Amino acid sequence: MSATSHSPVFLHHNDLQQLLQILQHDGYTCIGPQVRDGVIHYDHIDTVEQLPRGYGQHQQPGHYQLEPAGHDRYFAWANGPQALKPWLFSPREALWQCQAGEDKLAFEQVAAEDDPLAVFGVRACDIAALYLHDKHFLQQTHRDPGYRSRRQNLLLVAVNCSHPAETCFCASTGDGPEVHYGHDLVLSELSEGFIVQAHTEKGLSILARLPAETASQSRIAAAQASSRAAAEQQGRRLPSQDLQAALFANLDHPRWEDIARRCLSCGNCTSVCPTCFCHREFDEPSLDGQTSTHYRQWDSCFNQGHSYIHGITLRAETRLRYRQWLTHKLGSWHQQYGRSGCVGCGRCISWCPVGIDLTAEASLICTGSEA
Amino acid sequence: MNSPYLPQEARIIERIEESPGLFTLRLHFTEPKRQEAYHFEPGQFNMLYLYGVGEIPISIVSDPKDEHIIDHTIRAVGRVSQAMSRLKTGQSIGLRGPFGRGWPLQTAEGRDVVVVTGGLGCAPVVSVINYIQHRRERFGKLNIVQGVKHSSDFIWKERYDHWRQMPDTTVLLAADRGDPIWPWHVGRVTDLFDQLDFDPANVSVMLCGPEGMMHVVARQMLERNVNENEIWLSMERNMQCAVGHCGHCQYGAHFICKNGPVFSYAELQPLFGQPGF
Ligand SMILES: Cc1cc2nc3c(=O)[nH]c(=O)nc-3n(C[C@H](O)[C@H](O)[C@H](O)COP(=O)(O)OP(=O)(O)OC[C@H]3O[C@@H](n4cnc5c(N)ncnc54)[C@H](O)[C@@H]3O)c2cc1C
Ligand code: SF4
Ligand code: SF4
Ligand code: FES
Repeated sequence: MSATSHSPVFLHHNDLQQLLQILQHDGYTCIGPQVRDGVIHYDHIDTVEQLPRGYGQHQQPGHYQLEPAGHDRYFAWANGPQALKPWLFSPREALWQCQAGEDKLAFEQVAAEDDPLAVFGVRACDIAALYLHDKHFLQQTHRDPGYRSRRQNLLLVAVNCSHPAETCFCASTGDGPEVHYGHDLVLSELSEGFIVQAHTEKGLSILARLPAETASQSRIAAAQASSRAAAEQQGRRLPSQDLQAALFANLDHPRWEDIARRCLSCGNCTSVCPTCFCHREFDEPSLDGQTSTHYRQWDSCFNQGHSYIHGITLRAETRLRYRQWLTHKLGSWHQQYGRSGCVGCGRCISWCPVGIDLTAEASLICTGSEA
Repeated sequence: MNSPYLPQEARIIERIEESPGLFTLRLHFTEPKRQEAYHFEPGQFNMLYLYGVGEIPISIVSDPKDEHIIDHTIRAVGRVSQAMSRLKTGQSIGLRGPFGRGWPLQTAEGRDVVVVTGGLGCAPVVSVINYIQHRRERFGKLNIVQGVKHSSDFIWKERYDHWRQMPDTTVLLAADRGDPIWPWHVGRVTDLFDQLDFDPANVSVMLCGPEGMMHVVARQMLERNVNENEIWLSMERNMQCAVGHCGHCQYGAHFICKNGPVFSYAELQPLFGQPGF
């Protein structure tokens, strides 16, 4: 296809605003990274001034710190707690409403927002997670109408990661740091601007309107070197064996109990994880008693109610909850969706209040030694 | 796009009080086209919605050939089911379904059938027995074994009396605790297994009830040389969506709502009996 075979162009930092304007002109609501409450957060953006330019970050198990990086790159940081997931799979969403009359009920679907969204600065790991959610919500027996309408109108301006965090391990899961699929445009940032490539017809039509020049061989080589370095820099990795078999063969491993002594069962890992899909449903009746709205909201296998059936909580202990999380994420996903449920983003490591590292725990349980 | 989450209005044609805390709702979609288009298999379930309160998964107990009525027998145990028990004939509820994979009745044709249930009523297998009853000649010997905790928990005595009259049918009942007028066995269902009449090489076993009981029965059946692919169990887990999205019903890699709720013993290995799944 012609869209992928064009030669890469170079866009100066000063011209990034033009890219945003083209997207706005094409009718997209633009979402991008910005600093909020001390983290990189994705929300509406009107101008590139809002992007976290000049920031870097430190991430360690249980630790996340944004800081000025002493340069003026836009994307020289790795992911914060959330990026793409909440824009497709909403943390809380009304599914339908019911009107009550005299012995009568009328049900009506709540229409999903379907404004075309363009998301700026999406990383390879999150695109991999998006593809997993596509499989889960769109490619099984039943399809999710809200997810579908948001997904259909999604445009992605991806970024190749140049500065992974200490917690990142996308190279070992095969999901990053370079973007290979799922995007419309991808940027590789250099000190003075971006190498831009289009991956779809839509991306190409945007690219054609950019004030960009053909990228020089030396810049292309610099961008490639940056991606290579980003991969080599990653210290963490998941064991490379069949983790589904290894985890299920070790359900009685003493390490589960050891983890349970540290784990707070808070569910932070599941809420930051870009592939976790669990949610619960509930009703919110209006005070006048005439309408009830049926919602769904993110849930977590670390919550008490997740495994409840009348009178029994199947996973009352933290040990069993952590085991559910790990055996699902790194194990059952293979059987469910043909690959691991982990894309190596490292969020669950950084955002765990007590710094539990799933790569280390999986290694210990499956191979007997820390990676 | 049609939402798999959206219930449809159904009317309560009749409400039957089966025993204290156990009731049957006989339902009919308000919209005739819905009712016409509705088809299910024994072992499948619906999500029943009570206005302003919520949805719960409930098995369908009527005969799949009955095009007018969808029956559910419900035990009032908690928030939704207790409030649902106060509904009356003529009132409306929400219904979505049918969901899941039911009992393997097509493949069981020509074979002996053993149905073992524990607990109150055990709706998911009543539909199987009704199904076989109406197509009796297509199946081999039928064995029905029902266990209850206390003899007073036993309901539907007339049905069991009726089933006992069917050709080639054995009906065995057991109560953990009996009383002076309980005419059947006092003890476990497994105590009765020597009285069963089936060919282990040509039988389909269908189980429903508490998991501990299903576990014991399945192992006994394996010891009696029944193939693990011919022992079928109806599983229960928390269900929010019934369409494979909410993640609550996961059992290892299975989504009980869509891959089940009926599974063969072989499919549930190696997790079955393992706490925490
Ligand atoms: C496939 C399937 C078929 C079933 N068929 C029948 C039937 O024919 N008759 C019958 O009486 N019961 C049946 N049940 C059990 C029934 O769904 C629960 O008794 C009911 O959900 C309890 O809800 P509650 O709000 O009254 O109880 P609470 O204890 O207040 O439960 C709160 C919530 O937890 C969830 N929950 C609790 N128990 C269960 C459970 N066992 N399964 C799934 N979710 C649960 C529900 O969302 C429920 O609303 C079936 C369950 C499943 C999974
Ligand atoms: S399990 Fe952790 S590292 Fe893997 S995708 Fe989820 S949050 Fe990222
Ligand atoms: S079961 Fe746990 S690990 Fe799996 S998707 Fe749900 S919340 Fe995430
Ligand atoms: S009930 Fe939601 S996934 Fe099965």
